[in-house]
Amino acid sequence: MIGGLFVYNHKGEVLISRVYRDDIGRNAVDAFRVNVIHARQQVRSPVNMIARTSFFHVKRSNIWLCAVSKKNLNAALVFQFLYKMLEVMGSYFGKINEENIKNNFVLIYELLDELLDYGYPQNTDTGVLKTFITQQGVKSQTKEETTKITNQVTGQIAWRREGIKYRRNELFLDVVESVNLLMSPQGQVLSAHVSGRVLMKSYLSGMPECKFGINDKVIVESRRAADSSSAAGATKSGHIAIDDCQFHQCVKLSKFDTEHAISFIPPDGEFELMRYRNTKDISLPFRVIPLVREIGRTKMEVKVVVKSNFKAVTKVEVRIPTPLNTSGVQVICMKGKARYKASDNAIVWKIKRMGGMKEWQLSAEIDLLNATDKAKKWTRPPISMNFEVPFAASGFKVRYLKVFESKLNYSDHDVIKWVRYIGKSGLYETRC
Amino acid sequence: ASVSESLGNIRPWLQKVTTQAKTTDSKYFTTTRKGEIFELKAELNSERKDKRKEAVKKVIASMTVGKDVSTLFPDVVNCMQADNLELKKLVYLYLMNYAKTQPDKAIMAVNTFVRDCEDPNPLIRALAVRTIGCIRVDEITAYLCDPLRKCLKDEDPYVRKTAAVCVAKLHDIDPLLVEEQGFLDALKELLADSNPMVVANAVAAITEISDSAQTDTAADMLCWSGQLINKLLTALNECTEWGQVFILDAVANYTPTENNEAQNMIERVSPRLAHANAAVVLSAVKVIMKLLEMLDPNSDFVLSTIKKLSAPLVTLLSSEPEIQYVALRNINLIVQKRPDILKQELKVFFVKYNDPIYVKLEKLDILIRLTSAANIANVLAELKEYATEVDVDFVRKAVRAIGRCAIKVESAAERCVSTLLDLIQTKVNYVVQEAIVVIKDIFRKYPNKYESVIGTLCENLDTLDEPEARASMIWIIGEYAERIDNADELLESFLEGFADEQTAVQLQLLTSVVKLFLKRPTDTQELVQQALSLATQEADNPDLRDRGYIYWRLLSTDPAAAKQVVLAEKPLISEETDLLEPNLLDELICHIGSLASVYHKPPAAFVDGRGGGQVAKATKGLPSRLAAEAGGAAAAAAGAGGGDFGAGTGAPGRPAVSVIPTQESLIGDLLDIDMSGGATAAAAMAAASASTNQQPVDLLGEGLDSLLGGPAPSATSPVPPSGASAAAGGSGADSLADIFGGLGGGVGGGLGGGGGFDPPMETWLPAQKGKGLQIEGRFLRRGPQLSMELRLRNNAMQQLNGFAVQFNKNSFGLAPAQPLAMNPLAPQQSVTTLLPLNTKGPVQKMDPLLTLQVAVKNNIDIFYFACLIPMYALFTEEGDMDKRVFLSTWKDIPPENETQFNLGSYAHDADTASTMLRSFNVFTIAKRSVESTDMLYQCVKLTNGILVLAELKIVPQTNAYTLSLKSRHVEIYPGVHEAYLAVLKG
Repeated sequence: MIGGLFVYNHKGEVLISRVYRDDIGRNAVDAFRVNVIHARQQVRSPVNMIARTSFFHVKRSNIWLCAVSKKNLNAALVFQFLYKMLEVMGSYFGKINEENIKNNFVLIYELLDELLDYGYPQNTDTGVLKTFITQQGVKSQTKEETTKITNQVTGQIAWRREGIKYRRNELFLDVVESVNLLMSPQGQVLSAHVSGRVLMKSYLSGMPECKFGINDKVIVESRRAADSSSAAGATKSGHIAIDDCQFHQCVKLSKFDTEHAISFIPPDGEFELMRYRNTKDISLPFRVIPLVREIGRTKMEVKVVVKSNFKAVTKVEVRIPTPLNTSGVQVICMKGKARYKASDNAIVWKIKRMGGMKEWQLSAEIDLLNATDKAKKWTRPPISMNFEVPFAASGFKVRYLKVFESKLNYSDHDVIKWVRYIGKSGLYETRC
Repeated sequence: ASVSESLGNIRPWLQKVTTQAKTTDSKYFTTTRKGEIFELKAELNSERKDKRKEAVKKVIASMTVGKDVSTLFPDVVNCMQADNLELKKLVYLYLMNYAKTQPDKAIMAVNTFVRDCEDPNPLIRALAVRTIGCIRVDEITAYLCDPLRKCLKDEDPYVRKTAAVCVAKLHDIDPLLVEEQGFLDALKELLADSNPMVVANAVAAITEISDSAQTDTAADMLCWSGQLINKLLTALNECTEWGQVFILDAVANYTPTENNEAQNMIERVSPRLAHANAAVVLSAVKVIMKLLEMLDPNSDFVLSTIKKLSAPLVTLLSSEPEIQYVALRNINLIVQKRPDILKQELKVFFVKYNDPIYVKLEKLDILIRLTSAANIANVLAELKEYATEVDVDFVRKAVRAIGRCAIKVESAAERCVSTLLDLIQTKVNYVVQEAIVVIKDIFRKYPNKYESVIGTLCENLDTLDEPEARASMIWIIGEYAERIDNADELLESFLEGFADEQTAVQLQLLTSVVKLFLKRPTDTQELVQQALSLATQEADNPDLRDRGYIYWRLLSTDPAAAKQVVLAEKPLISEETDLLEPNLLDELICHIGSLASVYHKPPAAFVDGRGGGQVAKATKGLPSRLAAEAGGAAAAAAGAGGGDFGAGTGAPGRPAVSVIPTQESLIGDLLDIDMSGGATAAAAMAAASASTNQQPVDLLGEGLDSLLGGPAPSATSPVPPSGASAAAGGSGADSLADIFGGLGGGVGGGLGGGGGFDPPMETWLPAQKGKGLQIEGRFLRRGPQLSMELRLRNNAMQQLNGFAVQFNKNSFGLAPAQPLAMNPLAPQQSVTTLLPLNTKGPVQKMDPLLTLQVAVKNNIDIFYFACLIPMYALFTEEGDMDKRVFLSTWKDIPPENETQFNLGSYAHDADTASTMLRSFNVFTIAKRSVESTDMLYQCVKLTNGILVLAELKIVPQTNAYTLSLKSRHVEIYPGVHEAYLAVLKG
């Protein structure tokens, strides 16, 4: 398992170094700095072997987080852990940067002691960690308190503590989808998929058992098969075919596998209940139609048409890349504002209020410096879009979320529930 | 004071420390440090609590940036008794770092540790037991046992889960202690713990311990039983995500005994595929992939399971790029093993503009593997797009991929070629060169089809500056010389710079010129003369020279024969390239999710184990289908060694793999025969025992006959050597003959070399002691005959006569085979004589082992002297053995008998070393190359029948030689080691 964990700043200075295993020497710290951070050529893999020692790294802004091992350990686990650690640190002291890490180095050591034992990841749930690793120093605890903590750290429901009470039982569901598209210049969809997340904020008392229903074809059909008493064939459409979904560890996976039921005891506060992926029948909110013409060696003409395929008003941004040797750009657009941003090598076209079912056009003339053959070739990066629309492009719907708490006297009806759908642009690109 | 406040004060100071660490002016660095340490010392001993805490924090900060603060050890340990948990943690952290360097002072901390292990607060108990296991000081380890035993049975699960891991820590320090103290049993009991996290940690600890178990009893004890696996799968539902990974990885090591059990396990593991943690998903995939091997590939269950696997794998591609990378490397393996899983998912492997380069390269690789006639249009369009990107490596790979598409999908070849021509028109240098290399391969796959493009290729001759591209172009010119009008001019222009070319280009150039000559003999005679003389007279490279001479002789003796040889029709290249060798693939499938699957190397190649002993043990193989279920019992038995053998012997429903195995890989196969599962072991043992009774050559002949003759081996006939025959299945007789021809040749060469080198004479008896008789001598082995060569010199003033010689009892029973035949020796005369020896004399173990006491008598007196027998003189000719015998012998010898020696580094490569050693009767049984490291498996038989098995590891870059010896008699190791050194030093 993980033999050591190092954190470096962008210069390669060590900020945190925690060695878990004897086979990792102090020289490992330097080996990574010399061979990866200071490497003359950019390192092209997140896993590197230096002198029979493997280094796994993840970079966040200017900070390098690096795990080291000499064993044949589970690589997926290492990266998953590194990301988890970033998440834990983030929830303790906000942004991951050099200053914050230096300011909190004692805390980080304390966390590392708890997160990993002999290089094996232990409990990494922030909510639970915060019950006994605090920035305020440890208060003296009574015996009951510590037992409660240890039970929770190791317990079956490690993600929720007991005895939570709210005056008002409330829960929020956000269905956030990121819509990804790669379209050919001719308008053929090369690939499109939606990766969705169901984020839940729960403020519920006690140990509530939740049941979550969505309009996935498989789930709905198996439900119907299960209770044949319900009106068969009443609803026919409105179901979507989810390719794959993943759940927070609170969801009982075996129950999902056998009964297609999503049931769980939620952690307190905010968490990601579910992730899903969908590739079929995606309603693409926008279409971009590009037309690029090169006129001689010093001029280019670009026309871009954006169409919206839904009924709502939103803000959109279209980025049209320009060659590196652009000397000047003249843009005309019918709506919104378009500016050439030399630093980004792109024309950025912003439309504050893009109406539904509308179509707008931009045309630009790009002057180019006379490109010598030696100048780097322009590779025509795709035109990309940024947007946020108030619906789920996959057609995902929450059908119900029921809350049961047998010990406390509140029922499903007493819980206030909020549901919201957001469709964001992921990589929404059209080649030109 | 709150922590954040006090940390605020440290910040400027920490920054100072870090900036200092950067400077290389060490003088300045030491002087300031001295003052600082002194200051810290004072603060650590301060009366005030908060000041002490502050100081400890500063110490930890210094430690982090790499300063040596070990001198503060006693002062920091003094702060340990504090009741403040936070401070305690910091002190413990310091202890873990420095205890090893200050073992005697670390003892001071023991009492506190023991006391903390009994603290009422479980957090402190756990902290103590967690830390104490990390302190690798023998004296402390001894104190650890009692508290650890208590903690393993602690009422608090938090303490128990920490103690479970502590057992693994202790095992790493002192494995025997763990066994003696019965901690393994205690650990096993924890598997039944009510708390899921305790179970998970116990599983992790057991897995780790059994990987490095020293004794068989320990290994046996920790073996997973079906019942236990069942329990673990139940616990799976309640564990944290990490615990699930530990359990799944452990479950993957277990091979069920029945099909139902395998099916049941798959059913219970598959819900994990929907877990949000990629490690859980991949480990579940690993378990399922392994178990699927056991089931009927056409059953509905298997088909539906395969279907279930694809979506989770695709989902992994929407995670963070590093995780995507791990997933892609694994998908690459999975696609090779079971192409069906992802064949519908081509599009998800399309490269995104913003993907990091490592993701792009991997996606491209998988894209090609998934290419088929059905989707080739999409793939080609993508590849064309990629070929215009910026990153040079990526573009090259994309171009190469287009070539691979052409070779793989015949119907699309034409489109691919025209795409490549378009790319050549871009005149981007590296694109052109890469395109030419792949076009050469396309020519080899579809001869006489696309030669029309040669003209375009020739236009770009001048821009080629990479050896591979130049060699490819030259090959094309030679191959199609009759269609290129100015082929002679082109080759001539290449020939001008002959000396500056790399060997690959030179060889190609030589061959192409000869081809040209054979095709157009009239006007190219001068050219061929020039090329041949360049190759034979000017070049240093032996390969080049040899090839030159061969051509020369061929052309001068029989041009017609030359034509037949040089212009012979060549076999077409295979469709699938870049496939992993099947056995390696199977092994890697067992390591899905792990580092091995990322590197695509077996763990032994990058993990420092305890030498070669792990080769047999650590190698994991896929289970085979159980005999009763498989189509033909015989086929299954032969194929039991690994999933792929079945393909060779015609198991239903699986296409034969048509990769031509290289010599190395084949021998690798033989050595890698995996012994997992009862049926497998039985089959392999049967093969091994069969082979001991027969000459290896016969065996191979039989195996070959039965394979090629058509009828499958019947169930009653002795099982043919499955490794060799099955691997040959795809490649046919030629390659097999080649392979063993090559091996035989190597051995023959060694024999021809005969005596190898003779050691220099040593003076055994100086003239002063021998009353004028000086004896020098050495041990020689000529063929089977061991003899002692003696040079006697008479320094006395009188004639010496009446010589006789006698040996004392010695370790190997050496004795003169005949009396010493010596004529009288005149003064100042010296005579060299050879005394043949046998090993029939009385045996007595000597110390040192190789000492031989000799008495020489003459007319003056009796003289005694002692000499050392060089171990290699005792190596007999009977050392050669069959590979399987070698393997089983290797396994039979207990692993603790294995010892490793570093031999230093030598200039020779593996083959030379093997030949050199062969001349001393060190027989190379097999050779294997694992990621550029050569492994020679060798065997030596001593005159008294002792077998010594050796694994010689040669790392080519450093030429570092490592020798692992295994024998039942460890006493002889020093001698064998010496012998190796002596031989290798030449």
